[in-house]
Amino acid sequence: MDPVLEVRNLRVEYRSDGRTVVGADRVSFAIGPGEIFGLAGESGCGKSTIANAVMRLLKPPAQITAGDIRFQGRDVLALAGGELRAFRWRQIAMVFQSAMNSLNPVLTIGEQIGDIFTTHEKLSRRAARDRAGELLELVGIDPERLKAYPHQLSGGMRQRVVIAMAVALHPRLLIMDEPTTALDVVVQQEIMAQIRDLQRELGFSILFITHDMSLMVELSQRIGVMYGGRIVELAAADDLFAKPLHPYSEALMNAFPPLTGPRRELTGLFDAPRTTDSCGFHIRCPPDRSDCSMNIPDLREVAPGRWVARSTEGDLR
Amino acid sequence: MRLILRNLGFYLVAFWASITLNFLLPRFMPGDPVSRMFAQSQGAMQPEQIAQMSKLFGLDDRPLWEQYVTYVKSVFTGDLGISISRFPTPVTEVIGAQIGWTLLLGTTALIIAALLGNLLGIVAASRRGGLLDSAFPPLLIFVGSFPYFWLAMGALYLFGVSLGWFPLRHAYDAGLTPGLNAEFLANAGTHLVLPALTIVAVTVGSWMLGMRNSMIATAAEDYITMAEAKGLSPSRIMFRYAARNALLPSVTNIGMGLGFVVGGALLTEVVFAYPGIGFQLLAAVQRLDYPLMQGIFLTITAAVLLANFLIDIVYVRLDPRVRVR
Amino acid sequence: MTAVDTTGTTSTVAAPAPGVRGQTRRHGLARQLLSSRKALSGLCLLAVFALLALLAPVLAPGDPSLINSSGSQGPSGAHWLGSTTKGQDVLALTLWGARSSMLVGFTVGIVATGVALFVGLAAAYFGRLMDDALTLVTNIFLLLPGLPLLVILAAFLPPGTATVVLVLVITGWAGSARVLRAQARSIRGKDFVAAAAVTGERPLGIMFREILPNMASVVMTTLLGCVVFGITSQAALEFLGLGDTSVVSWGTNLYWASSDGALMTGAWWIFVPSGLCIALVAFALALVNYAVDEITNPRLRSAQRKG
Repeated sequence: MDPVLEVRNLRVEYRSDGRTVVGADRVSFAIGPGEIFGLAGESGCGKSTIANAVMRLLKPPAQITAGDIRFQGRDVLALAGGELRAFRWRQIAMVFQSAMNSLNPVLTIGEQIGDIFTTHEKLSRRAARDRAGELLELVGIDPERLKAYPHQLSGGMRQRVVIAMAVALHPRLLIMDEPTTALDVVVQQEIMAQIRDLQRELGFSILFITHDMSLMVELSQRIGVMYGGRIVELAAADDLFAKPLHPYSEALMNAFPPLTGPRRELTGLFDAPRTTDSCGFHIRCPPDRSDCSMNIPDLREVAPGRWVARSTEGDLR
Repeated sequence: MRLILRNLGFYLVAFWASITLNFLLPRFMPGDPVSRMFAQSQGAMQPEQIAQMSKLFGLDDRPLWEQYVTYVKSVFTGDLGISISRFPTPVTEVIGAQIGWTLLLGTTALIIAALLGNLLGIVAASRRGGLLDSAFPPLLIFVGSFPYFWLAMGALYLFGVSLGWFPLRHAYDAGLTPGLNAEFLANAGTHLVLPALTIVAVTVGSWMLGMRNSMIATAAEDYITMAEAKGLSPSRIMFRYAARNALLPSVTNIGMGLGFVVGGALLTEVVFAYPGIGFQLLAAVQRLDYPLMQGIFLTITAAVLLANFLIDIVYVRLDPRVRVR
Repeated sequence: MTAVDTTGTTSTVAAPAPGVRGQTRRHGLARQLLSSRKALSGLCLLAVFALLALLAPVLAPGDPSLINSSGSQGPSGAHWLGSTTKGQDVLALTLWGARSSMLVGFTVGIVATGVALFVGLAAAYFGRLMDDALTLVTNIFLLLPGLPLLVILAAFLPPGTATVVLVLVITGWAGSARVLRAQARSIRGKDFVAAAAVTGERPLGIMFREILPNMASVVMTTLLGCVVFGITSQAALEFLGLGDTSVVSWGTNLYWASSDGALMTGAWWIFVPSGLCIALVAFALALVNYAVDEITNPRLRSAQRKG
């Protein structure tokens, strides 16, 4: 089947005061219908940049300088104005990092959910309210809470509200940018279960972004590991979990304890071998460290469906 | 609710502080201003009036705390003494006759400046780098650098003296009697234009810059990105999601702005000889009319505190977050 | 989100000591100020006025209040800026006026910022009761209508330049104190302050050696704001006749211009120069202030041009 989302050779730069920092470079991946694809990596590796690029939410100084993004064959980068607004949320919806910050503190939950229907389905306020109530029920919240303001809900409830909003228009793809980072472990598990249930029910694809490898492995079917703005390894979740090929993937896996299985000693991300001019994950850092992505080799297919950034000279290790 | 009560307590403390300041000033200032005042107005006063005034101003042998209690009591019963320059009118009456003009001038200017400034701020923030955004702030800063009264003098000279578009002084023509008829209102209106416009001209910039910066800060919030991701139209995001939040600091500024306008109107009133209490305050100072001076100061303070209290109540209605705290 | 910056700074350089960090930041601020067009033009303008004030006795020797021509003459070769209604030289009055106005403005600015800094730092450092008490006092002073308070105080105190300075400091410190307290509080919460407290540094040491260097730019903005306040308020007070009318300053120049009826006779040259000077100095200070703001808060910069 054709992929729902296809990102090819995407490059995003942050340009300010004559200085350019590369946010993402030569990023390519595809997500199939109903597939859950994970992007993993530490904070600042470019995961959220990718998410915002797909939604066309990047603002100056960030700009897409190369590559293309196709959604069901449509060129996302060519959308503009009303077309783009209609595309957003109906085709791709997004759950942002912090529910507290992504809900407007001075509007009620009902008003913020209702907005979606009044905008995209031209519903009256009253009809939009009713639909909003149904959505809340879907994620297990009393519709009475429509009148509540965000600060009156618990952290878990707010995240549910945001998830309910994301599935409001039955989009084909859901982007989840660290959806559970701010929550405690118990609530985190509840939310994850909720997401899985909804996904089974509604059949959307998910682009799941997190730095937490245990959550990632739990949910995703395929995973891309990002480092320094590049994807350094792309593999099925099971394969990656069984044997990470890139040293950074391995370090990232070791930085989080698995939820199940035997105890293992944790290693820090930067316990990897390093010298004065290399952090150990790529061959050599550039002198001004402005664009490390240059020194990360391109992805090479080492087994069917299994890609890793590796120079032609052979194994990094 | 608790927030409102707490603020009410604070305003009462502030009012008490200004009463106390009023009480202490004539008693502890060097140069014995009170004697100067009495010396000047010796002839006009009856002996019992002199006795009463001396009590009010501390020419009194009783212990200080006793004087203080009497003073606070008389302020709260509305007895601010008798004006010396307008002897024998009570101070409250002098103030009552003129405060209306100050309120008219102050609120007109405040409302126009706040509305216009906030609107310009929103527009400037939404067109970053546009003409309004890049050329206006420096221009406004430049205009705002001129002394208030000097701009007023310039406007008076240009539009009043040279061009003759507007009347030069007072709140209405000498021949008219105040009343609710079209002729009087129109006349009072033309007298209001120049004073009010000068206040607007120098205050609109800070409203605009404040709103612009507040909008820019708000635009970086996640919920704005979320609204954008939801596919809402730019105008809806601008007004429903950003402006309302960005306006909140502006609402509190109105309270502060009122203090500034009522206080600053003093200069405007002096330049345009506009018969408000600011004009009266300066007249009282020039004639060493201490009771009137102090009465006006207390009245202005009370008005500013009251306005701030009302603003607090409005704010609680606008921002659901403070309701629970 | 910058992908590469984080990887670049992972080398194991020890974090610099807080004092050092403050200093480098301050130097950075000074350098950035000098490369900002706004700040540079503001500073140049200020320098010109400082020079004019200093050189007034050379440029216009003798008593500026001396009556040396017929009254109300427009600008001419003999009197470049004309003469007042009384017959004094406007240029001399303006030059000499700069001395008093700049002196009072900067004195008020420095003293008021000093008071505000002390109150703000003490409130932030000691917290609790001290904070509550100082904040209460600050808020009361903020809320009391400034100009009427100024007028009342000036009316009761004996007239003179010292009174003007005192009165302006009393009414001018509170706004800055609030800003400085907020900033100091956020720095107070940082780890290096706690570390300094643990190592036994004294409260004053912590306030002025640890916290202060890290809020240099805020102190700078409030100082500039206070100077502007000082200059314009002095002018306003003197314009109302509440200063010492025998001193020559921009404010008293305007007072005499107004009370001698220059406005009504159309003698614009009498009241334009002093007002323009006040505005230019205030504008210069505002420019520097704006530049500092832009440097420390880059989001405010308009999208296309940089300061």
